[in-house]
Amino acid sequence: MADKTNQDTHDSAYYKSLTRNMVVIMLVVSMMPLILISGILRYYFNVSYQEKAVDHLKVLVRKHQQNIDRFLTLKLADLRVISRLFPFEQLLEEPFLRECLSTLQQEYPHSFVDLGVVNAQGIQVAYAGPFRLKEVDYSRADWFKKALEDENYISDVFPGVRGIPHFIVTSRVDYRGAKWVVRATVDFEAFNSLVESIRIGKTGFAFIVNKKGEFQTKTRYEALASKGPYKSLIADQGLPEHDVTFLETTTEGGMPTIYVLAPLKNGEWFLVFQQEASDAYAVVERARWLSIIILVAGALAVGLVSVLLARRMVKTIKESDRQKEMMNEQVIEAGKLASLGELAAGIAHEINNPVAIMVEEAGWMEDLLKDEQQGRLENAEEFARALNQIKIQGRRCKEITHKLLSFARKTDPTVKNVNLNELIEDVVALSEQRAKYTGVKINLHLSDDIPTVNVSPSEIQQVMLNLINNALDAMEKTGGVIDITSRVNGSFVVVDVADNGPGIAKANLTRIFDPFYTTKPVGKGTGLGLSICYGIIKKMGGDITVNSAKGVGATFHVHIPWTQENKTAS
Amino acid sequence: MNNRPVDENRRKIKLLLVDDEQGYVDILSKRLAKRNFEVTKALSGTEGIKALRKQDFDVAVLDLKMEDMDGIEVLKIFKKMAPELSVIMLTGHGSEQAARDGLAQGAFDYLTKPCELEELIAKIHEACEGGKAGD
Repeated sequence: MADKTNQDTHDSAYYKSLTRNMVVIMLVVSMMPLILISGILRYYFNVSYQEKAVDHLKVLVRKHQQNIDRFLTLKLADLRVISRLFPFEQLLEEPFLRECLSTLQQEYPHSFVDLGVVNAQGIQVAYAGPFRLKEVDYSRADWFKKALEDENYISDVFPGVRGIPHFIVTSRVDYRGAKWVVRATVDFEAFNSLVESIRIGKTGFAFIVNKKGEFQTKTRYEALASKGPYKSLIADQGLPEHDVTFLETTTEGGMPTIYVLAPLKNGEWFLVFQQEASDAYAVVERARWLSIIILVAGALAVGLVSVLLARRMVKTIKESDRQKEMMNEQVIEAGKLASLGELAAGIAHEINNPVAIMVEEAGWMEDLLKDEQQGRLENAEEFARALNQIKIQGRRCKEITHKLLSFARKTDPTVKNVNLNELIEDVVALSEQRAKYTGVKINLHLSDDIPTVNVSPSEIQQVMLNLINNALDAMEKTGGVIDITSRVNGSFVVVDVADNGPGIAKANLTRIFDPFYTTKPVGKGTGLGLSICYGIIKKMGGDITVNSAKGVGATFHVHIPWTQENKTAS
Repeated sequence: MNNRPVDENRRKIKLLLVDDEQGYVDILSKRLAKRNFEVTKALSGTEGIKALRKQDFDVAVLDLKMEDMDGIEVLKIFKKMAPELSVIMLTGHGSEQAARDGLAQGAFDYLTKPCELEELIAKIHEACEGGKAGD
C-alpha cells in the first residue's frame, strides 16, 4: 500500500513536470517570435517616426525663421523708404516725422513705436513717439557705433534710455557731408508675438537669443530656456548661418530635450525651438505603450492557452498510460490464469487414476461382500453403505475434475449446436460454491421449449460466467438473489441475469460496456469483462443490454439469435 | 450393481487390458474375471503388443495416455496385427480430440476415465456383438 502511494506521488510529480515542460516550451516557442517581431517593429517605427518628427520640426522652424527674417527685413525696408523717399530736411522737422510715424502705424499696425533722427555726434535731433527722447545723446550706445558703420542695422534688444527692453532698426543717410542715422523702434510686442506664437505640443516653445546667448524675446519659460546648453554651441561653433540645426540633449535639470536652432539676421541671432523629447515623441511613446499592452495581453493569452493545452495533453497521456498499465496487468493476469489452468488440468488428470482405482477397489469389495453368506457378517449392511459412499464420493471427485478440465481448456471458438439450458446449468453449478459463501441464492427459470443455438459453447460459458460473477461481486457484502431466465423472443433466445444488489448508477450505465471502464477498486477489476462479453455477443449477431436503477439491482439481457433450422434440429 | 447373468454356453470373452496404472489394471482385471471375462493384463503399449502376438483377443481396452508409447500408435499397431480386434479406448476428460483420432484409426468406441464398470462391460459386449456383426 505504501508502495502504491509512493508510486502515485512519483507519477503525479512526473505529470506535473511534463505539464511544466510543455507550458515552458509552448511559451518560449510562441513568445520569442512575438517579442522579436514587436521589438524590431518598434525599433523601426521609433527611428522612422523620430526622423519624421524632427524633419517636421525643422520645416516648421525654418518657416518661422523665414517669417521673422522677413519681418525684420520689411521693417528695415520701411525705414529705408522713409529715409530715402523724402528730402532729409523734412525728416528733421518733427511734425513731418510724426506724420510719417502715424502713416506707418496706420499702414502697418504694430510695426513701429517711434521714429527719430540722430546726427553724427549721437544727438537725437528729431523724434516722434511716446517717449521724451529729443536731444538724447546716443554717442556712447553700442548700436550707434554700428549704425554709423553699416548702412542698415538691426540692434540687439536693450533697455536703453527708456528702460524698457526693445530693439531698433537704423538706416544711415549722408547729408551735407555728414552722417545721419534714422532710427525706429520696432514694436517689441508685435515682434515678440511672432516668436511667442510658436507653440508645439505641450512643452514646445520658441525664443530668440543673440550670439552671447542673451534673450532677444520675452518668453514665459525663461527659467527653462536659460538652462539650455545652446549657449556654448552658439558661442563656440560656427553653426551654419542659413540652415537649421537639430540637437537632442539633456538640460541641466536632466530632462531629455530637443532643440532646433535657426540663424536669424545672418547668424547674429538664433531662433531656438525647445521641446521635451518625451513630448516631441509622444506618438512614439503612445505606440510603445500600445505595443507593451498588446504584448502583455498576447503573453497572457498564450500563457493561458499553453497551460490549458498542456493540461489537456497531459490528461490524455495520463489516460493512455493508465490504459497501457491496465493492458499489462491484463496480460500478466491472463498469463497467470493460463498457467493456473494448465496446473489444474494436470492435477485433474493425475487425480483421475487414483480415484478410479479407489472406486474399483470399493466395487471389488462389494463384489466380494455379495459372495459372503448374508448374516454371517455382523455389520454387512454397514459395510455395504460405506462402500457405496466411497463410490458416490469417487463419482463426485470425477465430476469436479471434469469441470476443472472443461474450464482449463482454452476458449474454443468452434460453433456447435448448443442447448442453452444445459450450458446455464453447468455454469451455475460451477458458481454455486462461491454463491453459497457470498450468501446468494441462484434461481433458474429455464423455459423448456427454447431451441438450440449455433454458437461457441465456451464463449457463451464465458459470458454467462462473467455476468454471474459480476452479480456475485455486486452482492458480496449484502447477499441476495440471482434470477436466471431463459425465454424465446422472436428470432432471439433471451437469457436474463437479474440480481437484487445495489444496482448501477445512471452515469455508469452508458459506459458499462466500454473497455477498461470499471468501478471496482484499482487492481480488482480490469474493466474488460463486460466489454469482452459485449464483443462475443455482438459477433454472434446478438445483443446485450442492461436495465438498472440505484437500489433495485441490475438485469442483463443477452439476446442470442436462432434460426428455424435450429428449431427443427432440436 | 446387478451382474450380467453369466452365459455358461458362451465361451469366455477374451479381453486385453492395456494401461500403465498397475493398481487400476489389477483391480479391473479381478472384477472383470469375476464377471467371466478372460483378462490379460498389459502394463504398457509394448507389453500389449507382445500379448497380442502370443494370442488372439476379442476386445482390447486401451488407455490412450501411457508413458512408453502414445495410445494412438499402439492402436495403429493393434489394427495392423489384428484388423478384426475391437478396441475400446479410455481417455481423460477434455482429450476427446485424441479419442476422435482413435475412432478415425478404426477404434470401436471410447470411454472417459474413470468410468463405471457397468458402462465398460456394456461397451465390451456391444463391441463383441458389433465385431461379430461386422464379420
